[in-house]
Amino acid sequence: MATTTTIESASPRAGSRSFLSRLREGDEIARLITFLFAATVVLITLLIVYELWLGSVLPRHKFGFAFFRTSVWDPVFEQFGALPFIFGTVVTSAVALLLAVPLGIGAAIFLAELAPARVSDTLEFFIDLLAAVPSVIYGVLGIFIIVPVMRDFVQPWLKETLGFLPFFTGPAFGIGFLTAGVVLAVMVIPYIISVSREVLLSVPRDQREAALALGATRWESTWKVVVPFARTGILGSTFLALARALGETMAVTMVIGNTPLISDSLFSPGDSIASVIASQFKEATGDLYTQSLIELGLVLFLLTFVLNGLARLLIIITSQRGSGTAHA
Amino acid sequence: MKRIAQILLVAFGLALAVFTAHAALSITGAGATFPYPMYSKWFDEFHKKDSNIEINYQSIGSGGGIKQVTEGTVDFGASDGPMTDEQLKAYQDKHGFPVLHFPTVLGADVPTYNIPGVTAELNFTPDALAGIFLGKITKWNDPAIADANKGVNLPANEILVIHRAEGSGTTYIWTDYLSKISDEWKTKVGKATSVKWPVGLGGQGNEGVSGLVKQTPNALGYVELIYAIQNKMLYGKVRNSSGQFIKADLASVTAAAAGAAKNMPDDFRVSITDAPGKAAYPVSSFTWLLIPSKIPDAAKRDAIKGFVKWMLTDGQNDTEALAYAKLPKEVVAKELKALNNVQ
Repeated sequence: MATTTTIESASPRAGSRSFLSRLREGDEIARLITFLFAATVVLITLLIVYELWLGSVLPRHKFGFAFFRTSVWDPVFEQFGALPFIFGTVVTSAVALLLAVPLGIGAAIFLAELAPARVSDTLEFFIDLLAAVPSVIYGVLGIFIIVPVMRDFVQPWLKETLGFLPFFTGPAFGIGFLTAGVVLAVMVIPYIISVSREVLLSVPRDQREAALALGATRWESTWKVVVPFARTGILGSTFLALARALGETMAVTMVIGNTPLISDSLFSPGDSIASVIASQFKEATGDLYTQSLIELGLVLFLLTFVLNGLARLLIIITSQRGSGTAHA
Repeated sequence: MKRIAQILLVAFGLALAVFTAHAALSITGAGATFPYPMYSKWFDEFHKKDSNIEINYQSIGSGGGIKQVTEGTVDFGASDGPMTDEQLKAYQDKHGFPVLHFPTVLGADVPTYNIPGVTAELNFTPDALAGIFLGKITKWNDPAIADANKGVNLPANEILVIHRAEGSGTTYIWTDYLSKISDEWKTKVGKATSVKWPVGLGGQGNEGVSGLVKQTPNALGYVELIYAIQNKMLYGKVRNSSGQFIKADLASVTAAAAGAAKNMPDDFRVSITDAPGKAAYPVSSFTWLLIPSKIPDAAKRDAIKGFVKWMLTDGQNDTEALAYAKLPKEVVAKELKALNNVQ
């Protein structure tokens, strides 16, 4: 009993150097372990690229850069071009974001700033639930609900009102880019709301109070102070949504029409990279065919990489400008 | 102490011997999805008959079946389309002996459609089907369709073609048929598990195609006969090489195989689309097991040969309950002979 007390009282003073160094050793260990964890992320990324690169030797040699520029996808005559799939991936994701971002951010502002806490928390529960729904369920809902609604109501209405635009022309099958975009929008909205709400809630209280003290209305303080303050985080939620939309497979393949087409019209059936890989990989015969599908995987990876890079750039630019306006 | 150890050792040895004698001989196969319900029933029945033999089959798709049997990771493969000459050569080069095809059951594709106000079974001529799928015939009241369907009031609506989105044996049969009856299809599109479709939309699986057809007015698609029968779908007749409009059913599909049996090549790699015979349904096909001609493991060899023999004889009685068409007798006789080539 006595000895214990001596050690306890002695250690901070007499053994302070060894204790510190031991602490530092612990730090080192923690640093090393967490570094390894972080490194696995990079390692996995590099491994994926390496494997995709190795697995796509044949088409890279045969088609070269033409793979990105040509739009024929013919397994019988072994001609493969990625352009329609890149187009479909970008278009469906763009449609999804165009619909989901205003809706999602609007909802997040309401939940974070305007709604009573109890309403906000209850709704948040449902939003988290939505985010956990498997994508194949969204695909089935897409086929049975969204497709008929699009075909019978939305598309004819768009044709009537906005038919002068090339985006809303051609026969309305209910299946195609627009529907895929709508299904994707439904899928990514929960992400945008959930993350944006958290970011908005984390804006310091004094920011709001300062704006209100200066005579701003509640909406003015929200729109002119809180939202710009949270801009980086909101953009982050959008990019999370974008990443999800770009890589979505099941829900898209069930409603996009699976036809490699490039068309002005959003009513046209199309195909996306993830969707064509999912549909064709299983029964692909012949090395060139299989490897072309693997190269598509590489293309999707690059596309995600480039878009993510652009996203970072946008964050850097807007956060600089954002702080500028906040000061002004 | 030593004695106890000896006794234990003997007991262990005995237990091991008993255990191995009772352990199931495990055989693995992989491939086609289309005959999977039939195969799993057969493997189950065969296991009941001979509990020592257990056959595991994974329906990973015909392409995967060919790949895996070539790589030697499975004991046998299965495919809805016969292996190509290059694939056979690749197998021969790798293993030093050929792989053999054994037809097991028959399948067929049927045209299914949704035309508002039309509940009749439509007649399709080969030219009409090729024209529609090439995008040359675009309206339901086109003379190429209407002339074969006197008395049916076909609308002047655009036809919407629905095809399979993913690679599948069903598509192989359909495109194989179109390649036979239309030179333009053969040179422009060709036959494969997935092709570059001139027109139309893709649905995922039989259920995706039939779902789109049911939902979309004026749509035309193709699905497996089994799927159409099980879901009581409306489907059309197709004119065969004898000029008869034939509705696909188990009998007319078996008749197609019988028509082709006279000219059956020794390796069984034969397409029976557009087969001769008055009663033959023209969009029919075999599905095959792919079995190595040399199986060094005698127990495995006997088990596989035993299974194939049983499947070709007693097993054929199980087919119709699952809506698969059975093999004609001529083909069975020829296959039983060919089974001797597996050594």
